[in-house]
Amino acid sequence: MLHIKCPHCGLRSQNEFSYGGDATIKRPELNKEISDKDWDNFVYLRKSPRGKHLELWQHISGCRQWIKVERDTLTHEILKTLKANEEI
Amino acid sequence: MPQNFRLDKGGLINRNKKISFKFNGKIYFGYEGDTLASALIANGIHLVGRSFKYHRPRGFFGAGVDDPYAMVQLIRDSESIPNVRATEQELFEGLEAKSVNCWPNVNFDIGAINNFLNKFFPAGFYYKTFMWPRSFWYKVYEPIIRKAAGFGVVSTNHDQERYEHKYEYCDLLVTGSGPSGLASAYAAAKNGAKVILAEDKPRFGGSLLTSEVSIGNQSGQEWTENIITELKSMLNVTIKNRSQVFGYYDHNMLVMSERISDHLAKTNKYIPKQRLWYIRAKEVLISSGSIERPLIFGNNDTPGVMLSSAAKEYLKLYGVLVGKKPIVFTNNDSGYETAIEFKKNGIHPIVLDSRKNPNSEIINEAKNQNIDVKFSYVVVAAKGYKKVKSADIAKISEDKKKLGKIENIICDCICVSGFWTPTIHLASQSGNKTKFNENIDAFVPGQSKQNETVLGSAKGIFTLEETLRTSFEKGNELSKKITNKENIIPIPSVVEKKHSIHDKFWCVPLPDSKNYKRFLDFQNDVTVSDVELALREGYRSIEHVKRYTTLGMATDQGKTSNLNGLQLVSDVENKLVPQVGHTTFRPPYTSVSIGSIVGREIGKNSKPTRRSPMHSWHEKNNAVFVDAGIWLRPRYYKQGNEDLFEASKREAKNVRQNVGVCDVTTLGKIDIKGPDSAEFLNRVYTNAWLKLPIGKARYGVMLREDGIVMDDGTTTRISENHYHMTTTTAQAANVLSHLEYYLQLVWPELNVNVVSTTEQWAGAAIAGPKSRQVLQKLFPGLDVSKEGLPFMGYLEGNLFGVNAKIYRISFSGELAYEVNVESDNGNYMWEKIMEIGKEFNIQPYGTEALSTLRIEMGHVAGSELDGRTIPYDNSLEGLVSKKKDFIGKRSLSKISYVASDRQKVVGVVPLDKKTSIPEGSYIVKDPKVNLPIPKLGHISASCWSVEYDNPFSLAIIKDGKNMIGKKLFALSPLKNKIIPVEIVSSHYVDPKGERVRS
Ligand SMILES: [Zn+2]
Repeated sequence: MLHIKCPHCGLRSQNEFSYGGDATIKRPELNKEISDKDWDNFVYLRKSPRGKHLELWQHISGCRQWIKVERDTLTHEILKTLKANEEI
Repeated sequence: MPQNFRLDKGGLINRNKKISFKFNGKIYFGYEGDTLASALIANGIHLVGRSFKYHRPRGFFGAGVDDPYAMVQLIRDSESIPNVRATEQELFEGLEAKSVNCWPNVNFDIGAINNFLNKFFPAGFYYKTFMWPRSFWYKVYEPIIRKAAGFGVVSTNHDQERYEHKYEYCDLLVTGSGPSGLASAYAAAKNGAKVILAEDKPRFGGSLLTSEVSIGNQSGQEWTENIITELKSMLNVTIKNRSQVFGYYDHNMLVMSERISDHLAKTNKYIPKQRLWYIRAKEVLISSGSIERPLIFGNNDTPGVMLSSAAKEYLKLYGVLVGKKPIVFTNNDSGYETAIEFKKNGIHPIVLDSRKNPNSEIINEAKNQNIDVKFSYVVVAAKGYKKVKSADIAKISEDKKKLGKIENIICDCICVSGFWTPTIHLASQSGNKTKFNENIDAFVPGQSKQNETVLGSAKGIFTLEETLRTSFEKGNELSKKITNKENIIPIPSVVEKKHSIHDKFWCVPLPDSKNYKRFLDFQNDVTVSDVELALREGYRSIEHVKRYTTLGMATDQGKTSNLNGLQLVSDVENKLVPQVGHTTFRPPYTSVSIGSIVGREIGKNSKPTRRSPMHSWHEKNNAVFVDAGIWLRPRYYKQGNEDLFEASKREAKNVRQNVGVCDVTTLGKIDIKGPDSAEFLNRVYTNAWLKLPIGKARYGVMLREDGIVMDDGTTTRISENHYHMTTTTAQAANVLSHLEYYLQLVWPELNVNVVSTTEQWAGAAIAGPKSRQVLQKLFPGLDVSKEGLPFMGYLEGNLFGVNAKIYRISFSGELAYEVNVESDNGNYMWEKIMEIGKEFNIQPYGTEALSTLRIEMGHVAGSELDGRTIPYDNSLEGLVSKKKDFIGKRSLSKISYVASDRQKVVGVVPLDKKTSIPEGSYIVKDPKVNLPIPKLGHISASCWSVEYDNPFSLAIIKDGKNMIGKKLFALSPLKNKIIPVEIVSSHYVDPKGERVRS
């Protein structure tokens, strides 16, 4: 079970969090033209990297904040955690 | 019955407390402090079970967790527990155990015929034979194998025992209380670190309990006792015996199984049988010791052949002789310790040492004690079927390939020692890159992956002096880092015997013209020739050899067999062991009961149960409840002998004709506040929200980004910047996370706050043509007329002294209101509604009637908004704004979503107006065509229309728009029904929606 350092609450066990996918995906702006391909990429396409991965987690059983977690998918090492508004 | 193999004195058992127990129906005696194994051996019992494949007799091979044989069915209280290791099960008064894997009994086992038919049972036998013909599997092979194979019998009764989980954090977790564990735990504790010391066995001390050493002028046992006493007195130390750390997971999370009541005759109802500990440790000290390796020779599985360390343990801990005419067969000095221990107790062992001319202190001591020691000698084969009766022994050539003349000597046990294998399982589970150490012919831990440090013999250190010194140092060093305190402890002086080098020899060659079985894996019956066969058949990877032969795959996980298996592959393949590689160790290290994994999350505790504030009223009024997510909701209120069908029909009819009241507390409620709330809702919902007036509610649909409907519900504008959102019961938590996601990550510039208020409000839906009259009497001072409170209106009122919020919204399609009060007033509100409504024939209605009402109105719900449909499929296009953007909008222009024959929700009526259509039925054009029948869609929800008094269903079918009026078939292979149906509009009742607006 991972040990995730919530930037708001501190180190907590994984079972307090829920996973939210790739944190590098940016939602296209509202009311802007976007091609079918770009939209499909945004909705469906995700990389499955071996190694460093910046991902979203929500501290659902804690502060309910969405946070960013830089995790190594191979070793499960957590390299960094950030608040939602922080950039790596 | 006398305990013929019990010494008059010695051991750590309590001879003042005699204990009776039953084994295979016979009564025996042992002492407090015995294991079932030691007590059986004391009584001369060595036949405890049968092996897995050949059903050969099985006795005891070890004295603890490493024992591959002695699994029994334990009967304790009213429960029957399979595969209990007799070497671990402590004796208690009245214990009852039976042999497993033998039919009809342990002395005469029909399966043993496999032993003589062994030509048919080579490696991979099951793969090869039972593959063909396929039809034979279920009828012939499977039932026979079922009867003959497998170990214990799982009880079909509910497990009455209590199991618990515990979460713990510590600075240092020490796994094992041998010399390295004690020293490191002591050093860390003295530095003020929070330490957990876990010992698998009942007694602390590990090898110190059985070895002849002295530490600071104390015996190993005395030193252990003193350290343990001191550790127990320290507040920063938790000491647990009978506790096996069996798994090392990510981020230094370890799991430990504590056996709290397994050793007791009866459990206290409130004391758990076992407790599972989830321990997050800053540092992990692995002091799990080492396990002796077997030597391989003919019939080395015969009861009476056992590890020499086990024989010594039975002597020293339990005062039990495993035999009175022992042979000790060894390739190193450890065997001599066992021989000397025998000699001390008046037994005359013969030592066969495979080495040519070893010389050491302990060998000299054995010789001085007149022990018969034969060098360059090996056991070729054990003789005897149910117990060793004699041994064929021979001299062996220096290259270990040729045997001399076979001699037969009488013996009743053969104690083997093939040197030591460090227990590296936990380190390996952590991700430690283990490496092969040629000096000890075994794998040892290498580079740490997590914060694990391996100590003592688990690391391949086999002298007490070095073990203690390095363990004190490590305990000090690691704890100092955490506590910033140092309290150096002088390392005690150690007296121990120096050992000479061991012999790499491990497997005795077969004598000419003999084909003895030589077992590598004692539980799964894997022999040397099985592995050789696998290699001949082309299996190369050790992982494949393992799976093909099942070597090391039994419940003991190859604790005694893995290394010898590797040695064999390396010999045959002419490769070095590290080139063969070894299989990965995975948790659990020992078997863990399912009960302890489940813990208390069983039955009604498997999930939380949520009840509305009106729950007790429902109970008192004969509600039959149904699970709605984790909520309990009244399904119907039973009157007299009514069944579900009759009751729900009555309730629904009463709503259509008079008035009903339904508990809607379970609906998700989210409070939304902030100046940008309207803008936010406008982006979340598909329809327009910027112009909703204060005091008005609006129905909304929200999508996922892929265009699929996520949820629907009404949101009411309470004041300028304050909205009250409702969600479906099922999606409440997801919708909240969804809103938080967009507010925190996507549009952080919006000034909006959301919070769940589901538990803060109790809700009652009052529905039916007479609902306004009820409402008027509930709120006499309010204008609730058509004009005063129009459809989708909102008012605040005072309900006999409590504040209430009134929403004119409807799920039933009737004139209806939802009244919310603070949860604490829920029951009060409900009782008032029932009291006031009496004159209007009000009746409570449950979820079944609620479904009926919404289905015949064609209101879509969870069964249509099933995570696969878009708004158009549900005829919700009127709610999809063309003007503004919203979450998921871009997806709605996907080609497949706008296809003209897109699926759509429609109504379905059986032609005979009688046959109810099972939910999930397929809709097909022609049920008689060849399989597979092309499927148009499926029935999503069914009810009995109270308006028309006939069955009515909703279906989602392809090209639904053009199917209305068509005659098709509903097909339910599950219920074996083919029902001719007509497709109609989904709005079966009041298609213009006049009632809700009345
Ligand atoms: Zn948090």
